[in-house]
Amino acid sequence: MDLKPGSRWKSAVCDAQMVVVRPPSRAGELQCGGAPVLPIDDPALITGEVSPEFAEGVAIGKRYIDEDSGLEILGAKAGKGSLAFDGNPLAPKGAKPLPASD
Amino acid sequence: MRTPLLLDIAADAAFDRTALGSGEEMIDFAAYRARASQAAAWLASRGKANTAFLGMNGELLPILLFASGTAGTAFVPLNYRLPDADLNRLVARTAPAVLIADDDMLARIAPAEGIELIARSDFEAEFLAGPPPAPADLPEADNDIAVLLFTSGTTGEPKAAVLRHANLTAYVMSTVEFLGAGEDEAALVSVPSYHIAGISAILTAAYGGRRIVYLPAFTPEQWVATAAAEAITHAMVVPTMLDRILDVMEQTGETLPVLRALSYGGGKMPEPVIARALAKLPHVDFVNAYGLTETSSTIALLGAEDHRIAFASGDPAIRRRIASVGQPLPSVELEIRREDGTPCAPGEHGEIHVRGEQVSGEYLHKKAVADDGWFATNDAGWLDEGGYLFVEGRLDDVIVRGGENISPGEIEDLLRTHDDIADCAVLGIPCEKWGEKVVAVIVSRSGRPDTEALSTAIRAKLRSTKTPEQWFVRDALPYNETGKLLRRVLKAELAEAACAE
Repeated sequence: MDLKPGSRWKSAVCDAQMVVVRPPSRAGELQCGGAPVLPIDDPALITGEVSPEFAEGVAIGKRYIDEDSGLEILGAKAGKGSLAFDGNPLAPKGAKPLPASD
Repeated sequence: MRTPLLLDIAADAAFDRTALGSGEEMIDFAAYRARASQAAAWLASRGKANTAFLGMNGELLPILLFASGTAGTAFVPLNYRLPDADLNRLVARTAPAVLIADDDMLARIAPAEGIELIARSDFEAEFLAGPPPAPADLPEADNDIAVLLFTSGTTGEPKAAVLRHANLTAYVMSTVEFLGAGEDEAALVSVPSYHIAGISAILTAAYGGRRIVYLPAFTPEQWVATAAAEAITHAMVVPTMLDRILDVMEQTGETLPVLRALSYGGGKMPEPVIARALAKLPHVDFVNAYGLTETSSTIALLGAEDHRIAFASGDPAIRRRIASVGQPLPSVELEIRREDGTPCAPGEHGEIHVRGEQVSGEYLHKKAVADDGWFATNDAGWLDEGGYLFVEGRLDDVIVRGGENISPGEIEDLLRTHDDIADCAVLGIPCEKWGEKVVAVIVSRSGRPDTEALSTAIRAKLRSTKTPEQWFVRDALPYNETGKLLRRVLKAELAEAACAE
């Protein structure tokens, strides 16, 4: 799984879609709802269930980080599953939005 | 990361939201992406490295910016206000390029090697008219350079500033919340396409999900009328625009009740103008943004709360922050450095240096960032105890009089507090005795300026070395169209007159 910046992924078990903002410092697997995510253009349909352990949800526009590896993910579409990197839950990143300046 | 991704994810998540224009002419996010991808397929088929644009603002512009990125070409907006000879020199420098030009500007372009000239009306008929097409499927491009912007050239031949996809996407993603705009929000864009704010406005609006309404070119009457008719909530203006907008609002009685946020930048805002704006538009959040082309737009900003606190404060140290550009963005590092490169203490004046992913600090064929990533802005400034940044203008504009560095900004600020001063500039003119001497050029409201009284006031508040030795009275000062005072033009005009004495 090449989690390069700008790469787009989707959950295999819910409606969530995501974009890699910062890559992890080591190879690993991005998961959503407890299952490995799929490339955005993968034709596979949503199958399986969101694991109750990873059911906090992905919110649109929210950032999620794995402190350990530096992996940062943007929620591009909302879903019921929550994100993890090799089983470690990603934490929502608290950031105060800046006022528009352009 | 590449700029078309910003539109892609917005179009997937908010496909039926209005993205550009209004009424029957409106383009939703799905159509925005589809039209950009069709235009991209055509641009890619031309095999040119660059996509140049010469023309007025309009829906074509954002579509072309994303199409260029998708096609893997660098987007090069050109300044239509340049004289023909200068313009054609820049056109030649963009080759090999497809150049899309407004129909009434076509005749200005001399035939040049490697330039494929396309009339805007033809391009629009092909890619903007009719029902929205299906998106074209293109392989992901791999060029790094998203945009080339020719700097305004107030210091000589324009330099082509390089903005990479990585710089621009880092800027957008660190400053804007994805689809954070409400569906009712609309931004009025009146800065020209060849200004960095014209580019960043497109990218931030796409990612934020905010509708863009364009003014073909700025006039204060059109700006106010459009803001009212289109229920504009957000806009960015340069200082000279704001004063004229307020004049029109006064004449027409328009109050712009739905306007929420007005950001300004691109030059120093005279304090009386912002004071007037705050009084006239109490429901609006004002944001002062400071940035450069080479930094992908904003690197520091003074927010609405900062404006209100500063204006209400009786503490001079807080009150003066109204003239600051606020604090650096959390995503950039900013330092003031002495000439020897060591960091300045708070309050100490030096050169503004900045580092961050959005900082390109690069020109075509010339990298201007240090190996450790720091970019010297060539802007003079200082930070106060609270980390608020005060920008004093280009380092080259600092007057060196008898070994003393004198910043024109503080003298100009003081002059502007006098009711009779409509506009002013303080410059250093070469002189034998001091190297440079301080002269002031003023625009007087009464036509009978009391320069004795002005000199006395400056001597009392600042010091005698900062008191202009000569005064010139003008009807108006020269500005470029984005509100930058043309100091060099003034300086050249005055040098002879001043030194003859």
